[in-house]
Amino acid sequence: MVVFLQGCNLKCLYCHNPDTIDKCGGKEIHIDELVQKAINLKSYFGKRGGVTVSGGEPLLQSKALLIFFKRLKAEGIHTNVDTNGRILNHFTEDLLDNYADLVMLDIKHVTEQGYQFLVGQKNKETSFEFAKHREASGKKMWLRYVLIPGITNKPELLHQLGDHFKDYKTIEKIEIQPYHKLGIHKWEALGWNYELKDARENTKEEIDAAAEILKNYFREVKVN
Amino acid sequence: MEVKQFKPGIWTDKIDVRDFVVNNVTPYHGNHQFLVGPSVKTQKLWDVCKEATKLERKNNGVLALDTDVISTISAFDAGYIDKENEVIVGLQTDQLLKRTMKPFGGFKVVQKALSEQGLKPNDNLTELFSKYVKTHNDGVFSAYNDEIKKFRSLGFLTGLPDNYARGRIIGDYRRVALYGIDFLIASKKEDLAKINGPMTDAVIRLREEVSDQIKALREMIELGAKYDLDLGRPAENAKEAVQWTYMAYLAAVKEQDGAAMSLGNVSTFLDIYIENDLQDGFITENEAQEYIDQFVMKLRMVRHLRMAAYDEIFAGDPTWVTEAIGGMFEDGRTKVTKTSFRFLNTLYNLGPSPEPNMTVLWSKHLPENFKNYCAKVAIDTSSIQFENDELMRTIRGNDDYGIACCVSYQALGKSIQFFGARTNLAKTLLLAINGGRCEITGTQMVGGIEPCNCEYLDFDKVMANFKIAMKEVARVYNDSMNIIHYMHDKYYYEKAQMALIDTNPSINIAYGIAGLSIVADSLSAIKYAKVKPIRNEEGLTVDFKIEGEFPCYGNDDDRVDALAANAVADFNNELKKLPVYKNAYPTLSVLTITSNVVYGKKTGATPDGREKGVPFAPGANPMHGRDSHGAIASLNSVAKINYEDSQDGISNTFSIVPKSLGANSEERIENMVDILDGYFSRKAQHINVNVLDKETLLDAMEHPEEYPQLTIRVSGYAVNFVRLTREQQMEVITRSFHESI
Repeated sequence: MVVFLQGCNLKCLYCHNPDTIDKCGGKEIHIDELVQKAINLKSYFGKRGGVTVSGGEPLLQSKALLIFFKRLKAEGIHTNVDTNGRILNHFTEDLLDNYADLVMLDIKHVTEQGYQFLVGQKNKETSFEFAKHREASGKKMWLRYVLIPGITNKPELLHQLGDHFKDYKTIEKIEIQPYHKLGIHKWEALGWNYELKDARENTKEEIDAAAEILKNYFREVKVN
Repeated sequence: MEVKQFKPGIWTDKIDVRDFVVNNVTPYHGNHQFLVGPSVKTQKLWDVCKEATKLERKNNGVLALDTDVISTISAFDAGYIDKENEVIVGLQTDQLLKRTMKPFGGFKVVQKALSEQGLKPNDNLTELFSKYVKTHNDGVFSAYNDEIKKFRSLGFLTGLPDNYARGRIIGDYRRVALYGIDFLIASKKEDLAKINGPMTDAVIRLREEVSDQIKALREMIELGAKYDLDLGRPAENAKEAVQWTYMAYLAAVKEQDGAAMSLGNVSTFLDIYIENDLQDGFITENEAQEYIDQFVMKLRMVRHLRMAAYDEIFAGDPTWVTEAIGGMFEDGRTKVTKTSFRFLNTLYNLGPSPEPNMTVLWSKHLPENFKNYCAKVAIDTSSIQFENDELMRTIRGNDDYGIACCVSYQALGKSIQFFGARTNLAKTLLLAINGGRCEITGTQMVGGIEPCNCEYLDFDKVMANFKIAMKEVARVYNDSMNIIHYMHDKYYYEKAQMALIDTNPSINIAYGIAGLSIVADSLSAIKYAKVKPIRNEEGLTVDFKIEGEFPCYGNDDDRVDALAANAVADFNNELKKLPVYKNAYPTLSVLTITSNVVYGKKTGATPDGREKGVPFAPGANPMHGRDSHGAIASLNSVAKINYEDSQDGISNTFSIVPKSLGANSEERIENMVDILDGYFSRKAQHINVNVLDKETLLDAMEHPEEYPQLTIRVSGYAVNFVRLTREQQMEVITRSFHESI
């Protein structure tokens, strides 16, 4: 079960859910309703399933998520946060350390310049700090990395990424998300300019090459 | 008897196939990598079959007909597809796909079916059956009263087996292989000797039945002899076990043309012989698969003579050769064997097919490898269905069972069922708001219901009237069923199948309902919105105006799902109060086959906003398009119908587009397994799984020649999509194809 939370603190050029960026959009759903829904779905979760909060940036609503996740854990349901790792405060720390079974952390770019170009905000280090915090908690984490030809797929960037995280014990795997253009129509629908129009999708060879490099550093590399 | 190669047990001295299986089976936990492709012989044979079925389709669905011979167990000479390549032999007649007359169900039906092909039965037979011989159909109509006829002709009861054979009885075909017919005859003779006075109706009838069974067994030996098979003795190796089992089944489909002629659960049994021969080095995997491929091919070639009207309720020329695969033993071991895989593998070796109707008995305890393979086959072929083994085994109390027809549990060799089609529950609800009158003709159907003239329908009042209507409809339904089964026993007794079942087995009478989702949504509309009936000058409802919102069945909303579950429980309770022929115990199904279209045609506008004549949803499915909260919410709603109240089965047909099931094959398989585990853990009973895009079906409508084997699950069974009428195809396409889980 994936819950997409409305509102994001970034505006990534390739965002495929741009409709969830606006902090004022969406519709309010009571936590009771979400918990009930998760309980109704629980028997279908199998060995891998559970509740994932995504977005938007879910940690913008950490205070509410704390209540939500506490109740999910009481029901024995696996919890997962899909985040850009920009927020680390009292509430998020409590959530991450005590109630989030898994964190999927999106590493946008390993250089400050590239990061700013893609997400429109400064300070890539914030998300690296976030990873460090998770590592210290000893709880599991997956990294996610959007592969864009010419922007994030250069071998030196991939080596730099791997080198930074190679000693992390909590990282179970890294997922490569090959860039795709499926979200463009949503940008157009919102009347926004899609600045990444010239980027192209990866060839199979490019994806394989990137995966090969990352395999040197991570236990598992998965291509989505 | 020669038993040295098998572990002895109770089965050695008295008929008990289950005990043989329990003592000798080799459960298999491995994966499907051992499977092999079709042999050259199989491929050659299948080419002939494919050509013949193509011709059959071109020729209006019928390749050949016999108008001279009444089909019996030993009628017709041996027939072959291509003798030198046939490892498993036997056809219903001397020619592939030839259909025959089985007139004891009803001669008029035979005449009608033949006349639709421009033929008629030979004159001697016509004279015989019009002057001297009485059939099941004649018997039933000589006993029907006016009330039953009225309920039947106005569409409250539809599809009753009063002019065609009832089917649904599963012979324990394994007995012929395990014991040989000589032993079975001796055993029946012993039984007969023990059935003595006082000679009441029941005792006389039983003596006559057992005598007929013994005759049938003798005839089966004759049938075997035509193919140079000595069926008198037990099968001595794997090939013979398959052959003997098939001959027993063949005897049944030569004598009877019941709507559903199911096979049982032969795969686990046959595996014992195959495993033995493999261990001895007597055969290799190639032969093992060849036997199963050719057996299954034969099952695919079974045909019955049907009239066009029959196609309305059972579309696509089904035969329901249902084979139950997998499941668990009471002792916690799995019934899955390598031959369970081999059966499913035929869907690759011979391509997808609606028959045999392969039904996986699902349990969370099934070996993971088997679960994954079943999910893969379902995704690749849309040809299999799943039923809840944990639920049926524990509630019905036997782990050796087959599935009769679509969804119905039947302990093998121990019990039978009396098929009873179904009643129209949506029309029954309309009686409640039309003062007990038929909403279309105005005919008074039931008494005791006050006409209601209020501006808006009052839930409590409608509910009270609905209960009166259910009680009355149940009474008439029960009357008709008692007559039908009395007459079927008398004029068209299934002596071949019954010869392979214990003498005096337990019986359940299988009632059914159609239109459950319409009833649930209508009651929900009346309860949670405001429903204003629009009446004509006779005071009959012709339309309903709904003001406000109401929850619809299929969205995991207890407010309406409880209305559905309660309607089933209430109707079942009414049926349970009524006396049944042969003391059969009543069970109910929520299953429509394809009659949901006909039922819809015969039903006026309903309070849920459905217009007059619009098809119902099939079985226990939510109404198309109203289950808007995703696939799992839809499944959860259906799972709330209690199996205890509906022990003949609760059919759910589920279609999902491939991409919403997962991005790649591996994910789809994982998700399918999770869906099945999840759904069945909620005590759901049945699910048909289609993994298809609507576009594929639309393309198949335009280019049927390119999709000769495209198979789709409809309601407890599967059909060749291209054999459906355009109307039926459209109905299938309008069903919900879930695009999100």
